[in-house]
Amino acid sequence: MTELLIRLIRRPQGLVGVALLALIAIACLFGPALAPYAPEKIDFLGRFRAPGWQNWLGADQFGRDILSRLMVGARSTVPMALIATLAGSAAGAIIGVGSAYLGGRTDEAIMRTNDAVMAIPGLLMALLLVSTLGNGTGNAVVAIAVAFAPGMARVTRSVALNIRNQDYVKAAIARGESALWIIFREMLPNVMAPIVIETTIRVSFAVMLFATLSFLGVGAQPPASEWGLMVADARQYMYQAPWGLIAPSAAIALTAIAFNLLGDGLRDALNPKDER
Amino acid sequence: MSLAWLARRLLLMGYTLIVVSMLVFAITQILPADAAQSLLGENATPEMLAALRARLGLDAPAWQQYLHWAGRVFSGDFGISMRTSQPVGPDMLTALSRSLLLAVSSILVTLLVAVPLGVVAALRHGRLTDAGVSLIAYLGVSLPEFVTATLLALLLADTLHWLPATGYVSLLEDFGDGIRHLALPVLTISMILIAHVMRMMRSETLDVLKSDYIRAARLKGLPERTVLFRHALRNAMLPVVTIIALDVGYLLGGIIVIEEIFAIPGIGRALMVAITTRDLPSIQAGALIMAATYAITNTLADMAYALLDRRIRYD
Repeated sequence: MTELLIRLIRRPQGLVGVALLALIAIACLFGPALAPYAPEKIDFLGRFRAPGWQNWLGADQFGRDILSRLMVGARSTVPMALIATLAGSAAGAIIGVGSAYLGGRTDEAIMRTNDAVMAIPGLLMALLLVSTLGNGTGNAVVAIAVAFAPGMARVTRSVALNIRNQDYVKAAIARGESALWIIFREMLPNVMAPIVIETTIRVSFAVMLFATLSFLGVGAQPPASEWGLMVADARQYMYQAPWGLIAPSAAIALTAIAFNLLGDGLRDALNPKDER
Repeated sequence: MSLAWLARRLLLMGYTLIVVSMLVFAITQILPADAAQSLLGENATPEMLAALRARLGLDAPAWQQYLHWAGRVFSGDFGISMRTSQPVGPDMLTALSRSLLLAVSSILVTLLVAVPLGVVAALRHGRLTDAGVSLIAYLGVSLPEFVTATLLALLLADTLHWLPATGYVSLLEDFGDGIRHLALPVLTISMILIAHVMRMMRSETLDVLKSDYIRAARLKGLPERTVLFRHALRNAMLPVVTIIALDVGYLLGGIIVIEEIFAIPGIGRALMVAITTRDLPSIQAGALIMAATYAITNTLADMAYALLDRRIRYD
């Protein structure tokens, strides 16, 4: 583990990714304690105040401090994206490995259906589910998880197909182990590396998708300081106070970049041979 | 591209459309415990509920509801909009044509920009140009389209006043103004597509340049230009067909957001309006048409790929 971390931060991309993620983690854990103001504190004298010593990143239409809102909002954005990705990846990985284990026509049928489900774009799938389940953070997380599962299943299955023909899997089948044992104890642990890489990169999509759902008004609801919601709010006043728009946009972008960099860094650290 | 392969591919497309229609129907009509109640809201009278249930056939078992609905949809009847009381199909298809204009223009812009940039990055592998191109690619995939759209509108429309911020003008009515209204949405969508295609083009060109047949072409004494254009690029371009087809899925999702932001009356906006007004037939039609567009595009891309690359035999 430590060795992996060292290999990860030896490259500039990995280092930047880890550093950014550390910052984001601090904001998620201690955001409310560290924020200079309360996120809902209204200050009518400070409406649309430009960035300066009073409000480092400026103030919004109610004079609320944007930096404080961002720091508190980290909690309602990043962990949600993480949970959604983990749930979706876990479901997808189990489908993928299961399909590879079953093999033959069953595998073919599962994967064709899986591909068919993927014909519904992720955002569309998420929107449909949220419109049925009802607006809100929890339902948005479920919707993103469902939208992510088929893609993950496809990636996992292609890796698991190779594992399926390895001697240790054949040995387990010969020993008469149950299907569940083989899928969970023999195959899944050996497809973990590519799953971890893919999952990490997908978190950045989840952050963007979750912010997009909130932006469209079906994800997190006001007065939460979720970042996508902050962008949606600030759009009306973007001419008077562009900082209200730029700050949360930058936060979303930096988070997405951080997970992308970490994913790429992990890929290099886990497969040192593949240099490109 | 053998006939058997073609038949198989078309069969697969048909299967995809069936699965997609089942999913769309299940999510929108079967999953809600009481679809009629959730469509009409709290203030509905029992008579109104009963009337809607009868109209949508909600009392029948799920599979009967689906077969009934699928039968109508298959014959081109998407039902009557609950918002406008007009047939849904024609409106959705008009909206789709506007969205397709947006999508096709974006893909054209993407190809014009991304392919040369990717090749240049590969040729200057490891140098400053390469690093710059990779950085832009990173930014492109790390900004959600609502952010790119808003920032571009802030810069090009509100600050510089070069382009109109929102709205749609038909190209047939006023070509120049139509293009000006299309510019911001197309630019936004292209940003992300360019990032994908550029990355792909770069790594493919790098791979191809290392291959034996390029070495052979060079050793034969062919001029570098011939090696690059006649041999390398032709092969490196192939996967771009695939990635563009896969990106159509992304594109269709992105279009929902882009049309909402720039007030373009395309299928994405129609779908958002349907979702916010709980217009069930329109939601189903919009979602189904979008997914069908994706499935058909991918089938066409597979065919194009098989035609372009004679080595591919899918069986």
